[in-house]
Amino acid sequence: MSFLSRTVAISLITLAAASPLQAETLDVRIGYLQWVPHQGPVLSNIIPEPEDAGLRGAELAINDNSTTGKFLGQTYSLQSEVADSEEGAIAAFDAMRENGFDLFVVNAPASTLKALTEKAGDNTLIFNAGAKDDALRTGQCHVNLLHTMPSYSMLTDALGQWLNQRRWDEVFLITGPTQADKGWADAFRRSAKRFGLEIVEDKPWTFDADLRRTASKELPLFTQASDYDAVVVADVRGDFGEYVPFNTWLPRPVVGTQGMSPVTWHRVVESWGAAQLQNRFRELAGRDMNGEDYAAWAAIRSMGTAVTDLNSANPTDIRNFLFSDKFQLAAFKGRKLTFRDWNGQLRQPIPLVHPRGLVARAPFEGFLHPNTEMDTLGFDRPESECRING
Amino acid sequence: MKTLFKQTALAAMIGLSTPALASVAYVSNEKDNTLSVIDTETQEVIETISVGQRPRGILLSKDFTKLYICASDDDTVQVLDLATRKIVDTLPSGEDPEQFALHPNNKHLYIANEDDAIVTVVDVDTKDVLAQIDVGIEPEGMAVSPDGKWAVNTSETTSMLHWINTETFEIEKNIVVGQRPRHVEFSKDSKIAWASTEIGGTVHIIDVDNLEQIHEMSFKVPGVNQDRVQPVGIELTSDGKYAFVALGPSNHVAVVDAQTYEVLDYLLVGARVWQLDLDKDEKHLYTTNGVSGDVSVIDVEDLKVIKSIKVGRYPWGVVIDPTS
Repeated sequence: MSFLSRTVAISLITLAAASPLQAETLDVRIGYLQWVPHQGPVLSNIIPEPEDAGLRGAELAINDNSTTGKFLGQTYSLQSEVADSEEGAIAAFDAMRENGFDLFVVNAPASTLKALTEKAGDNTLIFNAGAKDDALRTGQCHVNLLHTMPSYSMLTDALGQWLNQRRWDEVFLITGPTQADKGWADAFRRSAKRFGLEIVEDKPWTFDADLRRTASKELPLFTQASDYDAVVVADVRGDFGEYVPFNTWLPRPVVGTQGMSPVTWHRVVESWGAAQLQNRFRELAGRDMNGEDYAAWAAIRSMGTAVTDLNSANPTDIRNFLFSDKFQLAAFKGRKLTFRDWNGQLRQPIPLVHPRGLVARAPFEGFLHPNTEMDTLGFDRPESECRING
Repeated sequence: MKTLFKQTALAAMIGLSTPALASVAYVSNEKDNTLSVIDTETQEVIETISVGQRPRGILLSKDFTKLYICASDDDTVQVLDLATRKIVDTLPSGEDPEQFALHPNNKHLYIANEDDAIVTVVDVDTKDVLAQIDVGIEPEGMAVSPDGKWAVNTSETTSMLHWINTETFEIEKNIVVGQRPRHVEFSKDSKIAWASTEIGGTVHIIDVDNLEQIHEMSFKVPGVNQDRVQPVGIELTSDGKYAFVALGPSNHVAVVDAQTYEVLDYLLVGARVWQLDLDKDEKHLYTTNGVSGDVSVIDVEDLKVIKSIKVGRYPWGVVIDPTS
């Protein structure tokens, strides 16, 4: 106890001593907007998703930036708005812009994101930390829109590479009814073609029974086929997918949105210093860090990295820096992360995880690319119509 | 009870007699909670010592009687008595100690507390915490200049070198370097500091008198993707001839001319090479290879890798006792 109080006293003294040496301070204000539509009732509602996913990642990044900033005379602040409708998100965006905000992190559906980007002026920078839609990276790009959230195709390419290198190349695909499920499944069908996988059955999920009682009866029949190496599930909101593993007709692994999943981030990622990020997050939020948190964190850390170098919070300057050779983000994925100059997507390795362990990390050795192996994940430059840097 | 006593007594006697036989290297095994003891003459593991959880940074006291061990997940620094090879004490360390450095006065231990963004200074004799200094996010590398004037801490996410005055325990200068700075090594005359950055892929050469960068090095290992070239540990020969830089998951150690900063060669070692140490006559360099779970031995004269020694899981740090 006496040791504790002494260390607290000492740290207070040194805190004062470590105050900024520079006289002028630069205040970097970042707006965070969240609008996540309700997913509707789901069958597997046992482990609820956190409602502040994304927001807490943004808060952690502000703390991280501020710790760096205090040595350079830079302060960071976050104004956040968790809206309950698209209109609410747009109104909050307008209000922040009126108050002089020009740096934003948005965790919202693609349609909302597009509406915001269209309203934003030239000297504004928006980070997409929510929407995974491939269309935002292949055709509907915007000069001032960057993506720290991986696209569906980056996730499914990670899975496709993994299935290929395991030689599990005949798969049974089950797709849920939502737009997101279809987006995920479309991305997977493209990945299957890219990585030489054969989709032996491609079935939509149409049941509406309560699978907690009947999964063991319905799923074996649903997954009947002469043979397949793995079952791939596209059930983004987690409706029926949790009941597919161990209930398949053939004794085969389940991968996709359930079973073993390609993800942006997960609590089981611990290498390359990730354990420290996970600890910091857990201390702040009282829960594990997920993909939305990571994407928001990476967005604000990207801005922080630019501000550290530039000593300016001008959106155009930050944007130019992020696309320059000087930018690299250390983001606990074992590689330096950079932005794709044609569509503003943050390149990143994709962990493949099951609920209690890391299975592998894409890209895998042997999938070659002339520039960077990370561009074997998602739509590559020639496959995208976007040229946001001309 | 009686037999147990006899066994411990016997073990203690064996323990007492072993160190005199040969020069030894100590290796911390991060995921085995052990230290491997390597006989540097036979280049074999002769003993495995159980220590605290997640041992990473290790260093010798200036009189070579003790080994200090960062037991990161136990939030403590353990003290191993080298004569008996037993843990005899623990020091307050702050949370999650990863790396540390001992002042030439053999008393002040500077500990980087990775989870708390703090450097803790502990008096190893009285166990008093002398200071806790706020630094950047994820403080990692720690070094004290041989003349005792400076303690340098690297903060990984803040990407800075924090220069701490060892008399006032205050930061006097912050130098921004590449992403994820990991390790700092001083030249023997305290005039030059070498700092590695893992994600930046660089080594920064700092003129200590002026606290300014005078050179920045990068590395290109033939046939290895540039993303995997991640400098971590640095070791300098005392004659000022070579610097060895461990390049992490590129599985190579760079040999650098310490005067011209030119890379002379890349030596293939085990997977994810992390830290390095020279033996007492600087004939051999030992490297810890985390992923392959072994230690590579490099012949310094021929600049060739001559042996790999299997140790525990995820070997992290290595130090060689020059007196043993």
